[in-house]
Amino acid sequence: MATHLILRKILDTGFVSEPPPAADPALRTREQDLQEEILKVFGQALTVRHVDAGSCNGCELEIHALQGAHYNIEGIGVKFAASPRHADVLLVTGPVSRNLEVALKRTYEATPEPKWVVAVGECGCNGGLFGESYASCGRVANVIPVDVEVPGCPPTPVALLQGILAAVSR
Amino acid sequence: MRIGDNEWPLEQRPGCTPVWRGRVPAERLPALAHDVRGCGGQLTALWGSDDRHLGGGFAIHVAFGIPQGTAWVSSDLGAEAPAYPDLSAVFPQADRMQRAAFDLLGIVASGAVDARRWLRHGAWPEDAWPLRRDFDAATRFEPTLDAYPFIQVEGDGVHEIPVGPIHAGTIEPGHFRFSVIGDRILKLEERLGYTHKGIEKRFEGMTAEEGARLAGRVSGDSHVAFAWACCMALESAAGSPPPARAQWLRALFLERERVANHLGDLGYLGNDVAFGIGFMQFWRLKEEWLRLNARLFGHRYLFDRVVPGGVACDLPAGAQAALTDQCDVVAMHVRQLKEIYDEHAGIQDRFVATGIVKPELAARLGLTGLAGRASGQAVDARVDAPCPPYDQVKVAIVTHDHGDVAARAEVRFGEVFESLRLIQELVRRMPAGPLLAELPTAAAGAEGLGRVEGWRGEVLVALRMGADGRLERVHAHDPSWQNWPVMEPGVLGNIVPDFPLINKSFNLSYSGQDL
Repeated sequence: MATHLILRKILDTGFVSEPPPAADPALRTREQDLQEEILKVFGQALTVRHVDAGSCNGCELEIHALQGAHYNIEGIGVKFAASPRHADVLLVTGPVSRNLEVALKRTYEATPEPKWVVAVGECGCNGGLFGESYASCGRVANVIPVDVEVPGCPPTPVALLQGILAAVSR
Repeated sequence: MRIGDNEWPLEQRPGCTPVWRGRVPAERLPALAHDVRGCGGQLTALWGSDDRHLGGGFAIHVAFGIPQGTAWVSSDLGAEAPAYPDLSAVFPQADRMQRAAFDLLGIVASGAVDARRWLRHGAWPEDAWPLRRDFDAATRFEPTLDAYPFIQVEGDGVHEIPVGPIHAGTIEPGHFRFSVIGDRILKLEERLGYTHKGIEKRFEGMTAEEGARLAGRVSGDSHVAFAWACCMALESAAGSPPPARAQWLRALFLERERVANHLGDLGYLGNDVAFGIGFMQFWRLKEEWLRLNARLFGHRYLFDRVVPGGVACDLPAGAQAALTDQCDVVAMHVRQLKEIYDEHAGIQDRFVATGIVKPELAARLGLTGLAGRASGQAVDARVDAPCPPYDQVKVAIVTHDHGDVAARAEVRFGEVFESLRLIQELVRRMPAGPLLAELPTAAAGAEGLGRVEGWRGEVLVALRMGADGRLERVHAHDPSWQNWPVMEPGVLGNIVPDFPLINKSFNLSYSGQDL
């Protein structure tokens, strides 16, 4: 019974995935050495580890959306990993809370070289409304090196894709 | 007013939500809590303040949900060694709130069993109190060693599984300490506070507009609920209600936020039982939903559309038809998907009898909001203490009494259908008129409280104004405060692999309780 309903639903829905946006190199804040060489090795596959370093959870909503059918992030070769040890890119949200400062540094250290960091959202880029205080380190770049900054509160899924692709584009 | 068997010195305040305000001596708080318990009420929120600049000492504030609305009670404490009697013996949900009030202000709940620190990990010294007015928010401290004494379970074959704070998926950070035998959970202890970013300190000195924007970012998934609650409190303090049309638009935004979150959660509940097509289908609907938000109102999650005094945007031309039609389409798809979820043996096998919170336990521990309604607690601020327009557009409350993952999914389905109906009614009957009534500057010392039923549960913002229309003390309360502790007994006896599913079925906010 359920199988019949599922198959009908799949047929009725059809394809909803959209072509991916181009990388936006303007979001890059840092050029790493060996960029060209690295990209030759990476080809078209990329593994991302998301780290919430103190976010309000708004940016997380849009990162979830990337995994839906419209944006089809896995279809363009980008996959989310459960461990930083498997990651090429860290996608970091939030102003970095002081209670997570050590955890973020450890996550960065656990990520093998070569690696890129994409700071996400107003808070990740500049501390946002939370700023720097006794409890907040502010922007991600205050704690670990950042390669790409994607502003927005929260950034749209398209902006996130442009930023992730900018990290690894020529 | 009469609460339980006694008369209490509370007076009704002006404002869009029924609030009774008063002060009682701290030693009378447990008696008041007993009376609230006796009339079927619950403790909603507890917070402190430093009032020494007003010539007093510190103060403790409690918001109780009572049948008539909200009872907001304050007690003055001394300037030296401030303390008040423990309320967690009457309302267990007070425990973590009392510990947070100690961490931020150094005011003590005398007689409380659990005196472990909650929001303070190691980012500031043990004897520094961030919410005291003589504490400089810009101060940086060298982090100190963080050690939390988890309760140890001992015995043959018992071992511990520590999880977090950095989790494997795209979820917020927190720590879960499981004690297990084999796969079976003997004990779960949560430790939160990792995303504490000093929000309450940040509010100090902000303008009303800045405050509403910050409140909306206490928990991003509940942006509209927090922004509305904050504006409701600001408008109550200024004595100036928003125009009718603005209130109806706020309700429209709130119901759209509810549907967006419920669609996302229903998708993830499928995903967490390896039913990937459920995720893809529900997130397809959610994406179309968000795109219409962006097209009509300029923001996918409606951030900063609710502003002090009203709303920042109107229904554009053609919006009525677009909104009404979308509700019809989404209702049709969700009906089809519900049939699949209901018929699918694998889904039901994982959902039914998993993560049970029985109604008696829910009532005892103060489980609230969506999770409470799935455990037989028929509470919904839109019904119990309706602010306009919910006094005119009646909400049918959705409840279930099994208290398991299946019940929490079922309540979400029911609430999606009810919100789709509400959106169509709101759009059809929306009154004409202005969108904004500029707020007069509130007097120093003016107070206000806003309470809104967000998608997760009741969101509350209480505030006091300072000089020049700036905020002096703002407390923003997420229902996750009450619901997190209930998940600890809720997972007992379940197997560890079911924990992510149970956790998702509650879908509580970390940022909202870490502040």
